[in-house]
Amino acid sequence: MNATVLVLSVFLACAVEAVEALTIVLAAGTTRGWRSPLIGTGAALAVLAVVVGALGPAVGRVPLQPLRLVVGALLLVFGLQWLRKAILRAAGHKALHDEDRIYRERAAAARTAGGGGRAFVPDWYGFTMAFKGVLLEGLEVVFIVITFGAVQGRIGLAALGAAAAVLLVTAVGLLVRAPLARVPENTLKFAVGVLLTAFGLFWSVEGTGARWPGSDLALLALVPGTLAVALVCVTALRGPREPAGTRPGSPDDPGAGS
Amino acid sequence: MNHVHNFLRFWYDFVIGDDWTVALCVALALGATALLTACHVAAWWLTPAAVVVVLAVSLRRATRSGGGTGDRTGGTGRPGGRG
Repeated sequence: MNATVLVLSVFLACAVEAVEALTIVLAAGTTRGWRSPLIGTGAALAVLAVVVGALGPAVGRVPLQPLRLVVGALLLVFGLQWLRKAILRAAGHKALHDEDRIYRERAAAARTAGGGGRAFVPDWYGFTMAFKGVLLEGLEVVFIVITFGAVQGRIGLAALGAAAAVLLVTAVGLLVRAPLARVPENTLKFAVGVLLTAFGLFWSVEGTGARWPGSDLALLALVPGTLAVALVCVTALRGPREPAGTRPGSPDDPGAGS
Repeated sequence: MNHVHNFLRFWYDFVIGDDWTVALCVALALGATALLTACHVAAWWLTPAAVVVVLAVSLRRATRSGGGTGDRTGGTGRPGGRG
């Protein structure tokens, strides 16, 4: 896998997570004041940095074949979860991910929550809301960076792709000061599900000792092949067409991303 | 004890997710691929084929049970909800 594909895959996956984390931090900051949510965000980023610092070099010492089997299998299971949900959304069996709605719900909860601080944090609720959101979304970023990076022996390059995504989303978020609802998040999730599944398949099968026909070129068939299977599933699950705009996720739904 | 349970629950949700049978089938397919490869049989096709079947079955089950997690609101029920 060349460097561009590695960086692009990690960038897309991490951009999705960064958009979700941004929504949570914005909801906390705009309703409870910015100080505590920003402290929470900083604390979560520090924890994530420690996790990457500890896991990155440790994973790098594992021999490549067992690493590919374990990491590939994890990535495959993880990717199939994304793909399964993305297909259900695109077929209208699950509501589309809507950052505006999530922002409104979290902001409403934050407004009604009680106040009170602890230690150096003036507002504990705002702190924990931002901390949990950034940490949980960030763990997925760390997982993607370490799996993609370790298998290729390029954790630094994968981290670069993740950092670019997080910085871009943060910069745009600071500019617009609103949830990034215009980001085609559902389409991105579909694409990321396809990529995670295809790369997970490639590496896990290589990890078993089997050899793909064409070696690395097999990815050129695996990615479009996975996409084709996913699109067939969407078509099959949609069933007979219903009147325009009656189902979430239908092509007639203006919010449909995929 | 509650913290341990929550910690394990988090990792279960993180890695396994809504349908544990997907993870089980992937593990079995990879095990079978490794076994056949050790016997010098070309088995690279086995896991992709298993993935197509298990994905289709999992989706069919999810649509029959109303979205798998029962979540039709787009949220995942936790701040770090995946996918």
